[in-house]
Amino acid sequence: MEWMEDDAAAVAQTLAGDRDAFRVLVERHSRSIFRLAYRMTGNEQDAEEVVQETFLRAYRRLNKFESRANFGTWLYRIGVNTAIDYRRAHQRHLEGRKPLSAEGEEVLLALPAADPALDRTVFSSEVQRHVEKALAALSPGERAAFVLRHFEGMSIERIGRTLGLRSSAAKNSVFRAVRKLRRALEPLVSSVR
Amino acid sequence: MKHLEEADLVLYRYGEPCDRAAIEHHLAECEACQASFAALQRVLAAVEAAPVPERHEAYGSTVWHRIQGRLHPARPDALDWAGWLRPRRWMLGGAMVALLVAAFLAGRYWPSRPAPPIAENPAEVRERVLLVAVGDHLERSQFVLLEFLNAPPQDMVDISAEQKRADDLVAASRLYRQTAAAAGEAGVAAVLEDLERVLLEIARSPSTLSARDWEELRRRIEAQGILFQVRVVGSQVRERASRPAATQAQS
Repeated sequence: MEWMEDDAAAVAQTLAGDRDAFRVLVERHSRSIFRLAYRMTGNEQDAEEVVQETFLRAYRRLNKFESRANFGTWLYRIGVNTAIDYRRAHQRHLEGRKPLSAEGEEVLLALPAADPALDRTVFSSEVQRHVEKALAALSPGERAAFVLRHFEGMSIERIGRTLGLRSSAAKNSVFRAVRKLRRALEPLVSSVR
Repeated sequence: MKHLEEADLVLYRYGEPCDRAAIEHHLAECEACQASFAALQRVLAAVEAAPVPERHEAYGSTVWHRIQGRLHPARPDALDWAGWLRPRRWMLGGAMVALLVAAFLAGRYWPSRPAPPIAENPAEVRERVLLVAVGDHLERSQFVLLEFLNAPPQDMVDISAEQKRADDLVAASRLYRQTAAAAGEAGVAAVLEDLERVLLEIARSPSTLSARDWEELRRRIEAQGILFQVRVVGSQVRERASRPAATQAQS
């Protein structure tokens, strides 16, 4: 297959009926969409689902893509919304199930802060577990806004455009997310100053 | 002295528009706000440190191989729609649905009497029957939705075939939703309720739509993310149905 210079050419070729041209776009953008999806879902298997669904949606809507726009940005937006849909679907399913046992939770917070024998590796993995738990407790919208602001470096104004929100709503989502993360993690990270 | 609000610190930390000079001036003088800002930085640094699993260089190629067969889900060699449209097949499918639901409800509400011991708990068997039946139903619904959403763009779109299939699935969806709700599967019931609404919308639309109306209907359905929900819950339900009984009991 002939190498294509840019995404726009691949889009045009796909729309002209060359399905394999879409492969170029998939190969070029899969890793960045995976990183986004993983940040949004916190789970490798879920992120894989989101990546695939993102490209399937993009393929279905390719005729809506405006050639002057940046394909990566357009795809990113689809990826964010796919991850939000995924988390909502996943949450709804889990809400109907019995809550998991809380056994073993909060053990870390009971550790003495200045224990010299504290194993840093174990502690680090515990911090990670708590970070994942705190991120999972955010609503899909809060998590999306936070991931885009914190990890992807998007301005709040652009986050609003990506999520279809007003800037003020996007800003509030970021504020709420940070507040929840602080509440959940501050006691933990303060103990290892 | 009036302290900085958390929102000010967040905007400042991320370089968003705010009165940076005033915030910096305050931070230089106020120990409480310095401590608050340092705590915020520590929390965000901890979040930052969470690793993302790396994907190899050829990952894009792997994704392509996974999805390429689904880019045209309605290929004649992939799905035998003619077979699904045969009335006898639908009657048989309907009868099987009715039997499964009846068996489930009978097992749940019939007065119990002593029975010989069996390897699996009857409640687990009932749950498994429900899960298998719901998994199949979600898969059939997914095919109908995919067929509808991927219809080729035309001036006038004939959706009568999809309507008939959607109409056939509505009653089954309602039965499964009620059964799932009765069994305490609120998450599954919620998705089935959304699915029922979408199937009804397709079934009750005019059988021939202008390109604009069809696009509008398609957009509404896509906005609800129902196809994705059906796929996610379908795979979770199938996974639970295939799990050994002992594992199910633990989860």
